[in-house]
Amino acid sequence: MGSGTGIGRVRGLGSAKHGSMHWWRQRVTAVSNLLLVTWFVFSLFRLPSYEHAAMVQWIGAPIVAVPLILMTISVFYHLRLGLQVIMEDYVHEEGGKIFFVLLLNFYAIAGAALSIFSILKIAFGGVPA
Amino acid sequence: MSRNPGRPLSPHLTIWKWGPHMLVSILHRATGAGMAIVAGLGFIWWLVSAASGPEAYATFLWAATSPLGYLVAIGLTWAFFQHMFSGLRHFVMDVGAGYELKTNKMAAIATMAGSILVTLLIWGVILARPATGAL
Repeated sequence: MGSGTGIGRVRGLGSAKHGSMHWWRQRVTAVSNLLLVTWFVFSLFRLPSYEHAAMVQWIGAPIVAVPLILMTISVFYHLRLGLQVIMEDYVHEEGGKIFFVLLLNFYAIAGAALSIFSILKIAFGGVPA
Repeated sequence: MSRNPGRPLSPHLTIWKWGPHMLVSILHRATGAGMAIVAGLGFIWWLVSAASGPEAYATFLWAATSPLGYLVAIGLTWAFFQHMFSGLRHFVMDVGAGYELKTNKMAAIATMAGSILVTLLIWGVILARPATGAL
């Protein structure tokens, strides 16, 4: 691919040397997802009511809001890493690859920001129950 | 030329006989990508609507408890447990264990059996319990 020559490096071909950190962070967020999403799924399952007032009261409790924020960060980071690999594997054309990875980054960051803002708004009493 | 069935086939995608490990591998990607989009958007919708007020949340709840909503939720439950069990299998393989043919195949089958079983258990309980509140 040209990583061995000077001109190849100038053209940006070859490894960006970020692979190990990508792989490792995928694992770190996998472990945090394992704990946080399992907690989330079984908590939702056990909720007595799914009406608005009950939901807002549940989300707003510190022992729910904080793990929920941590889960949001962990999940959106994990899906950003995972989908990037899928795109790199299946989108072969360079322009399309950049477009989709850019779109993915926007989705992950916007999604996490919307979710975290909503949790904080509920937790800080911005939503009348 | 007649082929000796005892010999392995040429390693090409269209010639390989599909095994459970291959299915689990692609399922890991499919469930991951599916959850990233469907569960991700659903999660954002749930939180934003709850933070926007009872009316917006009522729309979300109406969609979530529609027949299609249930179908998506059941699908996501299966996808989550399939991805989770498959992910746990990846942790084992990350430390270099579980590559023996028989062990590898059994673990692959176990992830699929486990995800279907847990999904049936959870939704069996949800659909059997008396309808207090929605979902």
